[in-house]
Amino acid sequence: MEQFVQQVLNGLTVGSGYALVALGYTMVYGVLKLINFAHGDLFMLGAYLAMTAAVSCRAAGVASPWVVLPTIFLVSMGLVSLAGVLIERTAYRPLRGAGRLAPVVSALGAAVVIQNAVMLAYGANYQVFPEGLVPAVRWAVAGMSIPVLRVAMLVLSLILMGVLYLFIQRTTVGAAIRATSLDHATARLMGIDINRIIMVVFLIGPALGAASGIMIGLYYRQVYFTMGWIYGLKAFTAAILGGIGNIPGAMVGGMILGLFETLAAGYISSAWKDAFAFLLLIAILVLRPTGLLGERVVEKL
Amino acid sequence: MRKLPPGFWLGLAVAAALAYPWLVNDYWVDVMNFCGIYMLLGLSLTIIVGYAGLFNLGHAAFYAVGAYTTAILSTRFGIPSLLLMPVSALAAAAFAYVISRPIIHLRGDYLCVVTIGFGEIMRIALINNPGGLTGGVNGIIGVPRPDLGLFTVRSVDQYYYFILFFIVLFVWGMGRLERSRIGRGWTCIREDETAAEAMGIDTAFLKLLAFVLGAAGAGLAGNIYATKMTLVAPEGFNFWESCVMFCIVVLGGTGSVPGVIVASVGMAALPELFREFARARMLVFGLAMVLMMIFRPQGLWPSAHWRRQVSGPAPDGEGVRQQDRVGGAGCWK
Repeated sequence: MEQFVQQVLNGLTVGSGYALVALGYTMVYGVLKLINFAHGDLFMLGAYLAMTAAVSCRAAGVASPWVVLPTIFLVSMGLVSLAGVLIERTAYRPLRGAGRLAPVVSALGAAVVIQNAVMLAYGANYQVFPEGLVPAVRWAVAGMSIPVLRVAMLVLSLILMGVLYLFIQRTTVGAAIRATSLDHATARLMGIDINRIIMVVFLIGPALGAASGIMIGLYYRQVYFTMGWIYGLKAFTAAILGGIGNIPGAMVGGMILGLFETLAAGYISSAWKDAFAFLLLIAILVLRPTGLLGERVVEKL
Repeated sequence: MRKLPPGFWLGLAVAAALAYPWLVNDYWVDVMNFCGIYMLLGLSLTIIVGYAGLFNLGHAAFYAVGAYTTAILSTRFGIPSLLLMPVSALAAAAFAYVISRPIIHLRGDYLCVVTIGFGEIMRIALINNPGGLTGGVNGIIGVPRPDLGLFTVRSVDQYYYFILFFIVLFVWGMGRLERSRIGRGWTCIREDETAAEAMGIDTAFLKLLAFVLGAAGAGLAGNIYATKMTLVAPEGFNFWESCVMFCIVVLGGTGSVPGVIVASVGMAALPELFREFARARMLVFGLAMVLMMIFRPQGLWPSAHWRRQVSGPAPDGEGVRQQDRVGGAGCWK
């Protein structure tokens, strides 16, 4: 029972990480109908930039976590947002309306560029976060030992998702994003600047992905330049699971995927953990291609 | 200059291909051998992506089935690897049939994602060594060279001609296929699946057939790879391999056989020429992918059928249909 509760908590934490990354996929897919293959690598870039920021803070003699943590989040999320916008400008915008194949290849190319740029800048080995950025405190609750960092990650992810949800549902810009994802031409007729909306989407999505990358970096304390790929693919699975283009769907999908994966790893086999995620993806697409919360979409090749 | 007949250029290309091992040293012959394996993979993927228009980013899974079939059967049961060529092709085709069957109704991006998923599941399965068959992370070593007593393939030059034979076979077969009733059916599906279905084309069957034939080609390439390397390991079949194959097809000019040949030569030879920048070459590769799509989305050697499809003016496919009416790829010639 205690093992089960701990697995569930782990699953929710992992899942909230997937959900944050999945939001970026789902928002981009919503407005551009494009799988942003570079998104997972932006997640990885976020983790690397946070590590650099943390090392710089250390070098400057700043040690208080109340200063260091907000700094690394701000620096990393801000820079990754800019990278996201840059990618959209250079690799996606020139190809808007150019068929289906070209943007896919361009997105893969952008992913290769980010990955290898990070590899060239930092080297191909594992990189380690500085020690003691967050206190390794554990709570003892009813015979279980729960790491505070896990709980903090879960809470922070939920807060970020809540803020995003309110932003999309309650603000004018949010309404414009929803309108753009429904129909570009009509949204433009309503006076919405499509390019600006797409830019906003490419600011928010990567920032959330970076936040997830930072938390993963803080938790495991090591980062690797290819980590964005598999993590991104699973986050994309989460987005499809919930119904691609659907923001609450991405949140729910992330949580379910995290729970499913952790429980399957814990009770069946941890070596096949990643395969379970993809099996779930295939099962969902075969049985319910629109995802759990997705509406019926008319797919056009 | 007077226009030379197309047969002249074809003859020149064949002569150059035959003479190549005499003109360069063993190192460059070996580079071309690897390039040849990518050519076979690119050609087989062209059937799926180029002819039928099905996005497949998990082609390495079929390649892996072929390579591991050869490696397992030849090292465990001592079956000559040359005899395993058709077995590998059939195994890959059967595997493709089994996995494609439930997903064949998916379209576009969804299909693309599912094939990525299959590719990853395959890689994880190979690493996890089910039943002690695949040898886990280390893979299987000691795959024998093709050897049937009278006919052996050992040296790099022999491999060169061996691979060249299969490339010629693929190119010939694909040319026949493209112009056949099946090939025209694929064209229709690629251009407009709904319309093709309405015209009475059995789309599910033809799409499955494209997967099965493409996979058989990849299985054959897997056999050649396994005997050439004499070892197989999961890392040779990861996502980037699938990605490189997909890029060879698209950068060459989707659906274009000469395009695949040009792109795979470029993909294999250019990194060798720029050895000193080895660390940055993937970065350059990524940049090339983006720039190609922006400035030359139709690829290096575009296929006439695809020219409008990829760079067409309207995203809703209007341009494509217009092109067809004006004498593009007619379905019912």
